[in-house]
Amino acid sequence: MSPQDFDFVAQLLKQRSGLTIGPDKAYLLESRLNPVARKHGFAGLNELIQALRLRGDQSLTKDVVEAMTTNESFFFRDTKPFDQFRRLVLPHLLEKRAAKRSFRIWSAACSSGQEAYSLAMILKEFDSKLTGWRVEMVGTDLSTEILDKAKEGLYSQFEVQRGLPVQLLVKYFTQEGDRWRISPEIKRMVTFRTFNLLDDPTPLGQFDVVFLRNVLIYFDQPTKAKVLERVAKLMAPDGFLYLGGAETVLGISDKFQVLPAERGIYGLAASAQPQRAAASA
Amino acid sequence: MKRFLIVDDSKVVRMVARRILEGLNFETSEAENGELALQACRAQMPDAVLLDWNMPVKSGIEFLRELRGWPNGTEPKVVFCTTENDMAHIQEAIGAGADEYIMKPFDSEILESKLTQIGLL
Repeated sequence: MSPQDFDFVAQLLKQRSGLTIGPDKAYLLESRLNPVARKHGFAGLNELIQALRLRGDQSLTKDVVEAMTTNESFFFRDTKPFDQFRRLVLPHLLEKRAAKRSFRIWSAACSSGQEAYSLAMILKEFDSKLTGWRVEMVGTDLSTEILDKAKEGLYSQFEVQRGLPVQLLVKYFTQEGDRWRISPEIKRMVTFRTFNLLDDPTPLGQFDVVFLRNVLIYFDQPTKAKVLERVAKLMAPDGFLYLGGAETVLGISDKFQVLPAERGIYGLAASAQPQRAAASA
Repeated sequence: MKRFLIVDDSKVVRMVARRILEGLNFETSEAENGELALQACRAQMPDAVLLDWNMPVKSGIEFLRELRGWPNGTEPKVVFCTTENDMAHIQEAIGAGADEYIMKPFDSEILESKLTQIGLL
């Protein structure tokens, strides 16, 4: 791939998804876009890029962006964030939301749904305490193709073995050939919607917990700041933000502060509170 | 250093598992069937067992049932690692006292994630 072609695709990805890729990721571009070229009947990557330049084909552009932004996901990824959710976040919400008996969780850039479904399985543990509560879980992703997979809830043998305890496999999945389907009771706890993190998230409503894990690493600094700014605006004043293990708000946004002794979870900083309180008043 | 007993009649599988587990800082030993595995446990109880299902002389499930019947047989974590990849076998294994279950083929990521789940990592 020529440097000009690389720059063209990199620019396109930045505009459409916020994804920043450097020349060291040229191999990734080639490995992910070759299947897209084949799908659209092109002889190779050069032809595909030429078509992107000349035709501005929306469906082709969408496939290219989705192929580059679709990332691996697995159940209970990293374990610790889910332990924190069970130990700290849920008890907090049960106490602080006792009057209105409802809360909302956002799994942002949810890919094929494993994070949202993992949270749903934890919520099931609290079934007796949540009787009569309205808990809404929203999973969003840029890719409609990956969301179709999330909605389907059908996973390969490899996928159900990465992080998912076998007791939960037995409890919440049924086997279909060599694949495993998540149960309707877990599936109906999650709503999946297409959403681009570069867009205004206001229509999604306010959230008490936001999982934005392993997403910011793909963005440049200004895009990270912009996304965090918007997330801050739709978080409840005492809400929780989860970032990935390699991500931080330090030096990017002053809207959040890390929870003491709880690495990876952030609350709204005092400076971000009045704005939120005023907006929700 | 925690001790892992690898029980599988395939030398290749034992070798692959040993490499992964030693890379995760476990001390490993091997047995090629359930009977030899019981002998090994009698001599020195391991912290964990990676267990195949189908083996000559004594199967993995027979080994597990016998082990769990011993006074100290509930101590080791037992992770099945087998080509038996249907729900009935998984449920039978859990019923017999297995802590985790890996369906072959597996890779280091799967093994690592299962060991994390049961607190070995």
